[in-house]
Amino acid sequence: MSIDNSTVKKVALLARIEIQKNDEAALIDELNNIIGWVDELKKVNTEDIEPMLSVFNETMNMRKDNPQSNYTNELILKNSPENNAGFFVVPKVVE
Amino acid sequence: MTDFSSLTITSAINGLKNKEFTSQELVQFFIEKIKQNKHLNCFITHTFEQAIDMAKIADKRISAKNHRMLEGIPIGMKDLFCTNGIKTTAGSKILENFIPFYESTVSKNLWDSGAIMLGKTNMDEFAMGSANTTSFFGNVINPLKSFSNQKKDLVPGGSSGGSASAVSSGLCLGATGSDTGGSIRQPASFCGLVGLKPTYGRCSRFGMIAFASSLDQAGPIAQTVEDAALMLQCMTSFDEKDSTSSRNEIPNYLDYKNYRLKGKKIGIPKEYLIEGLNNEIKEVWDNCINWFKSEGAEIVDISLPHTESALPTYYIIAPAEASANLARYDGIRYGFRQKEKDLKDLYQKTRGLGFGKEVKRRLMIGTYVLSAGYYDAYYLKALKVRKLISKDFEEAFKICDLILTPTTPNVAFPIGEKQTDPIEMYLNDVLTVPASLAGLPAISVSSGFNKEKLPIGLQVIGKPFDEISILGAGNAIEKLRGF
Repeated sequence: MSIDNSTVKKVALLARIEIQKNDEAALIDELNNIIGWVDELKKVNTEDIEPMLSVFNETMNMRKDNPQSNYTNELILKNSPENNAGFFVVPKVVE
Repeated sequence: MTDFSSLTITSAINGLKNKEFTSQELVQFFIEKIKQNKHLNCFITHTFEQAIDMAKIADKRISAKNHRMLEGIPIGMKDLFCTNGIKTTAGSKILENFIPFYESTVSKNLWDSGAIMLGKTNMDEFAMGSANTTSFFGNVINPLKSFSNQKKDLVPGGSSGGSASAVSSGLCLGATGSDTGGSIRQPASFCGLVGLKPTYGRCSRFGMIAFASSLDQAGPIAQTVEDAALMLQCMTSFDEKDSTSSRNEIPNYLDYKNYRLKGKKIGIPKEYLIEGLNNEIKEVWDNCINWFKSEGAEIVDISLPHTESALPTYYIIAPAEASANLARYDGIRYGFRQKEKDLKDLYQKTRGLGFGKEVKRRLMIGTYVLSAGYYDAYYLKALKVRKLISKDFEEAFKICDLILTPTTPNVAFPIGEKQTDPIEMYLNDVLTVPASLAGLPAISVSSGFNKEKLPIGLQVIGKPFDEISILGAGNAIEKLRGF
């Protein structure tokens, strides 16, 4: 399955990345090369093999769910491009 | 000013303890060196004022005989580790002005051991690269040159290229790196250094900007095995802030000094003799096999049959995880924002302009392999092959104690090469990626030179949590390599 123009548009939308018009053709080529290359894996016999999500084989660490207040509202907002009255500001999303 | 160029971490610790010099003198020396070598572009941010303040505290503690393990030792911190109140960019425009209000566990552990930060080192954007040519802050230059062409600038390797170049050019005594598919070992090899990627889970990932969470591991880049062991000791800890932080007991890594190769079985995987492996690297590999034999080690031919599949597997899993991890850069809570009237436009333009080419390429691949209709064919398939790769190592370690391989198929190459075809760049990591997928500890130690006097690194891969043995084998290489 090769990646065409419409696939790139669809994936870019899913990834929320705007692709510049003049980068599109080169990107399609690169993605097709990479996907063509990883397609080699189809030759590997993986019948009855369990997928390996992590190499970590200890019990996952769960910390106690105690309320903590390490960071102030002011600190958390400090890096935001726009904030107002203690909130992050985004463009209007409801009419 | 005294010339401290020949110091290692170990000799600096002794010099400080014996009052031959102070930490403030050391720090001053390295600040000057950094200023003189700006063209190498090793640092994104300098933290000279903090370094001087930290050195004053270190000198007081040394005087009071209250020194910690790395008291007064100036190091570089890869700009992937969040540092409280100090800009942390991951080499990206999207985090150009990001100032964390918390400290990564690895950097905190180092400061708590008395280490001093000279600055944040340059890196491939979000650690995606093998030549340090994807950083928003420009290419890093390897201080080493080809003997016959002193004019051409070479890559330091990546992604921890700033750290490796800084240590190699003597701008700091050691530096931190992070390794997802080879980002510590490959630059260490290109710059003639020691780089160690610990077992997955050994170093906390808290505060380390995420690339591929099931693979990311922090580790040291240093001049010697002993320096790497000291840094590793200070970097590792159990951390409840990281859900995959290991509770395994942390040994005294300096115990590697008691490690002997005599009677040990060293596995040589035939699949690592890949097409395209540089002949001079092959020669050094053969030499090392003989050194190990002379120490009484037994050489065992082993097979890791799925080696060939490791790189394509990695280039499905790592981008897939990255596409999820990097979803957080939305222009809302922190980082760069391209102002737009519509929220979707804001996301798309922020990410389109904020990420560099290689990062966008990988996010597209990652999103594609996870998308409806392709998930089973690519992502799930890769997870199954990962299991096979991991099993290969399990089988191999039934008949050997350590695995010896080259670190890279080639030596450092000129800046600008391997830029047209992404896959050509990816092939740099073909020998480091398998151990990453299996979560195993691996070290790269400089073991020889090619005719152009460029360093050649060999890799020793160990069993899970057996960092001592790979340090021990690395130490043997240092003793036997003859330089």
